[in-house]
Amino acid sequence: MRKWLVQPEFDITRDQERCIQCQVCVRQCANDVHEYDDEDGVVCSENAGCVGCHRCATLCPTGAVKINQSKLDFRPNAYWTPSIIRNVYKQSEGGGILLSSMGNDRPFRNYWDMMVLNASQVTNPSIDPLREPMELTTYLGRKPDRIEVEKSGNGFSLKTKLAPQLHLEIPIMFSAMSYGSISLNAATALARAAMEMGTFANSGEGGLHWSLHPYAENMIVQVASGRFGVNAEYLNRSAAVEIKIGQGAKPGIGGHLPGEKVDASISETRMIPEGTDALSPAPHHDIYSIEDLRQLILALKEVTQNTKPVSVKIAAVHNVAAIASGCVHAGADIVAIDGFRGGTGAAPTMIRDNVGIPTELALAAVDERLRKEGIRNRASLVVAGGFRCSADIVKAIALGADAVYIATSALVAMGCHLCQKCYTGKCNWGIATQDPYLMKRLNPDVATRRLINLLRSWELEIKEMLGGMGVNAIESLRGNREHLRGVGLDQTELETLGIKPAGMGA
Amino acid sequence: MKRIYAREAYCLGCRLCEINCMVKHSRSKKIIKAFRKERDILQPSLQVENSGLLSFAVQCRHCDDAPCIDACITGAMHRDSKTGAVVCDESRCAGCWSCIMVCPAGAIRRGKERKVASKCDLCVAEKMPVCVANCPNEALVYEER
Repeated sequence: MRKWLVQPEFDITRDQERCIQCQVCVRQCANDVHEYDDEDGVVCSENAGCVGCHRCATLCPTGAVKINQSKLDFRPNAYWTPSIIRNVYKQSEGGGILLSSMGNDRPFRNYWDMMVLNASQVTNPSIDPLREPMELTTYLGRKPDRIEVEKSGNGFSLKTKLAPQLHLEIPIMFSAMSYGSISLNAATALARAAMEMGTFANSGEGGLHWSLHPYAENMIVQVASGRFGVNAEYLNRSAAVEIKIGQGAKPGIGGHLPGEKVDASISETRMIPEGTDALSPAPHHDIYSIEDLRQLILALKEVTQNTKPVSVKIAAVHNVAAIASGCVHAGADIVAIDGFRGGTGAAPTMIRDNVGIPTELALAAVDERLRKEGIRNRASLVVAGGFRCSADIVKAIALGADAVYIATSALVAMGCHLCQKCYTGKCNWGIATQDPYLMKRLNPDVATRRLINLLRSWELEIKEMLGGMGVNAIESLRGNREHLRGVGLDQTELETLGIKPAGMGA
Repeated sequence: MKRIYAREAYCLGCRLCEINCMVKHSRSKKIIKAFRKERDILQPSLQVENSGLLSFAVQCRHCDDAPCIDACITGAMHRDSKTGAVVCDESRCAGCWSCIMVCPAGAIRRGKERKVASKCDLCVAEKMPVCVANCPNEALVYEER
């Protein structure tokens, strides 16, 4: 066999004492790593194809299979790290752009873990959310500059006409993942869970499959540069419309769904011929300025008769605050900011790992800018990009977010092991694939239940944290950076985040 | 009565149902020991059938009008009065294989250890049949229909 410079990334060890040769691993690996040797009656493994997705190890009934990072170490070199060397090997062999999936996995500073939350002691009582009401209800959309009330009967009623709002029971929504990038079973589970939890899922840019039409009231539909599946019915069959300008995992880059994935069902949903590549251009070819964006926003509002909020999703980049401000001036009711930890089905590795800025800093900067301009009320802020736990979400809301988008954590809840091979279309967990054999592996009933469980547990945790701070509504925390303190951050970072260092009182 | 139903749309064809069935009906009930020491006599009471992309587990349907009970020459194949499951009394089974010939689902097999009919007993002692309980994708359900 010809030897290549690229060596396997994982070592598969099979404990022969435990292996019962049942071949579950053989049947489960889409990368043909495991093989049953009929002659010798044993299962053997070939490390080369292993992506570290743990499908075999998870399903092995005796726990005989273990996956470890390859022990083939290079001479230690802090500059030429193993992944850098491997990338050069890969490119010198294949001669192409390195592809990857999911979010930026480099060890950039993670600000969530360097911020801590406050809690009540003595002078203000904390609240037990299990015994007292706790409000997580969130409304997304343009809020009026001022409200007028008028007397009606014995009470008062609102005179000001409110802009359309999205009503969320919990401030967590599912971020855009198109049907195509994920399987229909995964998309179905997200829609069902959103409906059950009183929140919203996002169709992504791939149109809305007919089987998801019953969930339309809990779907945000996306209009991206490819305009796949977009027509008046699509826009109206939704709770809100989102214009996707950029994505945190690949700012400045369009999308590419390979033709192999475009089967009859996806072709129908995206309104493109079967088997053709679905190419989303990097820019919207009709948006080259804030004025152009305004035209599209107004056009979408007109199509939907001003009944639905229009969101604009941008990637967190250097000038994010000014860009977000422009989006609000252009008439966006919701601005979604996607940080560089946000995932993707496929992105050039160099872009994923080197372009964009952390969500935390982007959020703080945007909230600050919109407040200074006095236009913070005109749009709700939704942040996305790598929310891993309920504490991250609470911190984001304290930094100024109205709600968050989660996607990677939702995929993980459905079984994703972050092997970062979505772009191969061979997802062993049935999530990021259109292979009918692999798609079956995600039972939407199971996935829906797991998503609901995740959201319920986060909801309880958020309530506990709020209670500890002595507030009984998420509104009281929103943008209240006094509840945050930084640990181990330098002065500039503290200033950008707009928080005080731990130890400094009010 | 509650029966096991396959949801073929979600069957992975991993055959963990077969493996768990074999362990449940082994002597040791311990997976590694059963497969090491009893491999030759282990036989699952259900079988994953597959053709192309389609796969699903087939086991005794515990038919209301079970032809195997009618065909049994010794009365070994009978309906458990308590659970309604069709079960084989191995002490009476003569191994004539009449039941195998008449089973419309092909769900009865010759026992590997003794010359008796071997089939799904619905794990009557358990809350849920082990194949259903251990299916990683809930492609088998145990319910009243």
